[in-house]
Amino acid sequence: MNLSMKWLSDYVNVDVPIKEYCHALTMSGSKVEGYETEGKEISNVVVGKILSVVPHENSDHLVVCQVEVGKESPIQIVTGASNVNTGDIVPVALDGSTLPGGIKIKRGKLRGVESNGMLCSLGELGLDKKDFPYAIEDGIFIIQEPCRIGQDIQSAIGLDDTSVEFEITSNRPDCLSVTGLARETAATFDLPLHIPVPSFKGVDGDIDQYLKVDIHNTEKCRRYCAGIVKNVKICPSPRWMRERLRASGVRPINNFVDITNYVMLEYGQPMHAFDLRYVDGAHINVRNAAKGEKIMTLDGIERELSEDMLVIADANKPVAVAGVMGGEYSGIMDDTTTVVFESAYFEPTQVRRTSKALKLKSDASSRYEKGVDPLISMVCLKRAFQLVEELGAGEVIRTVIDCDHTDYIPSEVEFNPAWINSFLGTNISSATMTEYLKRLDFSIENGKVIAPSFRIDIGCKADIAEEIARIYGYNNIPSSDFRGVAKAEFTAEQKFIRTLRNTVVSLGGYEIATYSFVSPKYFDRIRLPENSKLRNAVKIVNPLGEDTSVMRTTTIPSMLDVLSFNYNNRNEKACLFEISKEYIPAEKEKAYINGDTLASGGTKHRYAYSLPDEPQKLTLGMYGGDADFYTMKGMIEQILEELGINDVEYVRAADCEVFDEKYALHPGRSAVILKDGVHLGIMGEVHPEVQNTYKLGIKTYAAKLNINELMSAASGRITYKPLPKFPATTRDLSLICNDNLPVAELEKAIKGAVGKILEKVTLFDVYKGKQIEDGKKSVSYSISMRSHEGTLTDEQADGAMKRVLKALSALGAELRG
Amino acid sequence: MKEQLEKIEAQAKQELESCTEIKALDDLRIRFLGKKGELTAILKQMGKLSAEERPVIGQLANQVRADIEEALRNKLEALKAEEQEAKIREESIDITLPGKHAPFGKLHPLTKVENEIREIFMGMGFDIADGPEIDDDYHVFEALNLPPDHPARDTQDTFYIEGTDETILLRTQTSSVQVHVMENQTPPIRIISPGRVFRSDAVDATHSPLFHQIEGLVIDKGITMSDLKGTLDMLMKKLYGNDCKLRFRPHHFPFTEPSCEVDISCFNCGGKGCSMCKDEGYIELLGAGMVHPKVLENCGIDSNVYSGFAFGLGLERMVMGRYDINDLRLLYENDVRFLEQF
Repeated sequence: MNLSMKWLSDYVNVDVPIKEYCHALTMSGSKVEGYETEGKEISNVVVGKILSVVPHENSDHLVVCQVEVGKESPIQIVTGASNVNTGDIVPVALDGSTLPGGIKIKRGKLRGVESNGMLCSLGELGLDKKDFPYAIEDGIFIIQEPCRIGQDIQSAIGLDDTSVEFEITSNRPDCLSVTGLARETAATFDLPLHIPVPSFKGVDGDIDQYLKVDIHNTEKCRRYCAGIVKNVKICPSPRWMRERLRASGVRPINNFVDITNYVMLEYGQPMHAFDLRYVDGAHINVRNAAKGEKIMTLDGIERELSEDMLVIADANKPVAVAGVMGGEYSGIMDDTTTVVFESAYFEPTQVRRTSKALKLKSDASSRYEKGVDPLISMVCLKRAFQLVEELGAGEVIRTVIDCDHTDYIPSEVEFNPAWINSFLGTNISSATMTEYLKRLDFSIENGKVIAPSFRIDIGCKADIAEEIARIYGYNNIPSSDFRGVAKAEFTAEQKFIRTLRNTVVSLGGYEIATYSFVSPKYFDRIRLPENSKLRNAVKIVNPLGEDTSVMRTTTIPSMLDVLSFNYNNRNEKACLFEISKEYIPAEKEKAYINGDTLASGGTKHRYAYSLPDEPQKLTLGMYGGDADFYTMKGMIEQILEELGINDVEYVRAADCEVFDEKYALHPGRSAVILKDGVHLGIMGEVHPEVQNTYKLGIKTYAAKLNINELMSAASGRITYKPLPKFPATTRDLSLICNDNLPVAELEKAIKGAVGKILEKVTLFDVYKGKQIEDGKKSVSYSISMRSHEGTLTDEQADGAMKRVLKALSALGAELRG
Repeated sequence: MKEQLEKIEAQAKQELESCTEIKALDDLRIRFLGKKGELTAILKQMGKLSAEERPVIGQLANQVRADIEEALRNKLEALKAEEQEAKIREESIDITLPGKHAPFGKLHPLTKVENEIREIFMGMGFDIADGPEIDDDYHVFEALNLPPDHPARDTQDTFYIEGTDETILLRTQTSSVQVHVMENQTPPIRIISPGRVFRSDAVDATHSPLFHQIEGLVIDKGITMSDLKGTLDMLMKKLYGNDCKLRFRPHHFPFTEPSCEVDISCFNCGGKGCSMCKDEGYIELLGAGMVHPKVLENCGIDSNVYSGFAFGLGLERMVMGRYDINDLRLLYENDVRFLEQF
């Protein structure tokens, strides 16, 4: 809402610097976004009078003028315009003046003749014919306004208003009007407010002879006021009205359209003016649209209506969509002779639904859907007629139509100053509260606060508390130190995730943050088969674009995207992690339950659709540096160790049916991590084809761990093991075995054979190549043994090693010669 | 013999004087004091002496031995010290060469600031609550006093889930967690809830369809607006230092009454007005207010007994302010050269 400060001064006389005004209104609840002073780009342009016009000695199309500009002597100006004559009053840009667009005017010579400034056209002042209809576009602006020679052009032609832009919240539609903001201004500065009651004289005549109005749906249209203006004269409205509309951001059109806009801006009530010629049968019916009924709206689009929409119809056809927009013939034309004025109250939800369904918004619909003052229709009709008479635009029939079904009950709230103080933490006297409320047009009767009809937002004690608080000043409410017992703790899950996050960071992981939604193309990019369960994703009906249209069922593609982004930004290595959610559609549908009635109206719904699961995942990704399968595996091993998850198994991912991410990984270089049969996660080298798709020109590794499963597998308790009292005995073993035998098998055999005295098996070398037969490999272990009962004897150690060799030989592994 | 002894002592001391190596010192010891050394050779002639002379010369010989030994010891120590010093000199390195780093990662700046805020609130006794990111219309709107057709729904461009008749959606605000908490917990309630929220805003330097909020909710007997101000004051002083000032402006949220927006004195100019704060001296930081009685009632809490306040912070805005980040997109691009700076 743009407020003209000149217009405001009709109702309240506020005399403070504009900055102070804006700040004060912001702090009392009407937020100012900014302000603009008209004509501020113009300086040193004054009103001048042409004393003489003579031809230029060196030019056919230039003339030399002597111009009186309120100084000791006239100045000489050369101009190319042909419309200036002696005696004309014109805008004169003096030497050193500025014009809109940053243009600077300086004295100079034109074809050898001195010129001390410039005579200005409308365009050069940033105006057009709509502002001054009597002026011409392509010539000097010959001023017909009352003004004096030498006066600043801004004040002379009324280009000196200041327009303040307010951001009005949806609960205060009453402030989308000059009178509403005047009321706020008066309350904020504690100034008297004067809003006159409009009235008009009218001419004799019987309205019933001209027009008939019937409301067929009084639920949706509570009031319809209408009147007739005959013998209308369509012409531009006067300057003051055009100026005010312009400062409010509305383009002046003609006197009738301008009057409807003026009243809407003044009171917040949308108005409509019809040409009576096009109201068939001179009969207005406010009714529901018929099924399939069509209307061409003013914006030139034909719209099909539905039965739940409300229209203003004549005897035959709809002429307007009620509260939203008029039809093509409903407007005022140059040959209009009789005008119908409408001022009505339409139910907000009705207008909102219609506007949403038709995807059609207008100034009127946005006001109606927020809620206009239900009692103001007639006041505004009278105000419009008052203006018609003031402008001499036509003859108003004295009698008017008022179909009133408002049945208005004012909103009443208990006035409880003690409660308000205890709610705000203040100590404001009851008298002060009363005074604040009166400034805002509330009244207090029998311990009740009665809200004015335009305050549709008032309904409970807290609403009154807010009114008091904002006039008192939010910043005058004291700040109290927080009281009560401070007792808070992380949940087990929050603690677990904190540990997890810190562990990955200490292992060198950089945390990333990625979007929860992805493109469905991602499923192809990671080679998911057509029937993969990961393709069953939660879809967004109205996404911003295809690339953010489904909720991810796997975090791997987001990680690959970030790795690719880094790789292609020439970052030579990256080790990344993310802790975030996947979104898995729920399998079962919940029953539909209707519940209790809500305090805010409506019913407490439970829906027929279940919410998806949102499991948390740890995603890892790396490339460059020393990144390989075993670096990634080592990182996971260290994470698991820190979480207290021991004895996990790594099995080939290709054989696993649980993680479809396996398709994104190299089948020979990927593993699923198992703990007691529970799938903790999947890891491995990214499939060469996927690497290619993601433009990753380097071997890349990725892993995903299920946080829920990690939590269940983690042993919460750490128990101290006594430090050894007796020395350990270490034996090294070099073995030759088949290349395809996993070392995990060898280790399992060693562990089993050594038994209780085994302390640690460390693999320290795997070798293939020279000196080793093809298809074989050499594997070297260091086996550390220790007893807690005494120093191990050689016999004990040798015995264990014999058992080990026997067990290994069963696997085809022999001691290397 | 006396002269001989004195001569040996003088000679030994002289040679020691000029000795510069520990190894040469050993040679000298053998030459003078060894079994075949010069002193021993003289002592072997003791037999030729008279009984009177013998003890005198014997004592002198012992004295000479002791003196030479001491001189040797002193010299040895001096040479060792010199050697040590020389070694230390030699071992001097360029201490301006870079250190060797163990791999160490970094938290995302969003996490860092979120952790900081979590800790401050934990210290004030706030638990941390979680809620679903995909939620139903009831928890995101209706229970929060935003019935269907409420005009304020327009300001939150909502993503809806396919096949759910617009009943399931991506939450547009963490305020939905308020409802979940109040449904499952009886007052006193004191929680914050950080999390992702979603709005249909195209990506640019200050907008993203996904961003993070931190919701706060306090419900108890006798909670006042003054408590709300005190809590937010404390938070901001802990985050931004004691000099920062807060400004509370009236605003409107359907789920709070009174509602406010809270501005913080500009980080750049401290409140005087500059280009960063558009000459305002303040920067908008968060929305807050007293929980609307209808919201309490919707969640089964008696608004005549309990009152409370709620607030919602935009995490991205705080992160960008804290680290002078001028483009929101950097937070979601995850360039390692960006991530390593925090």
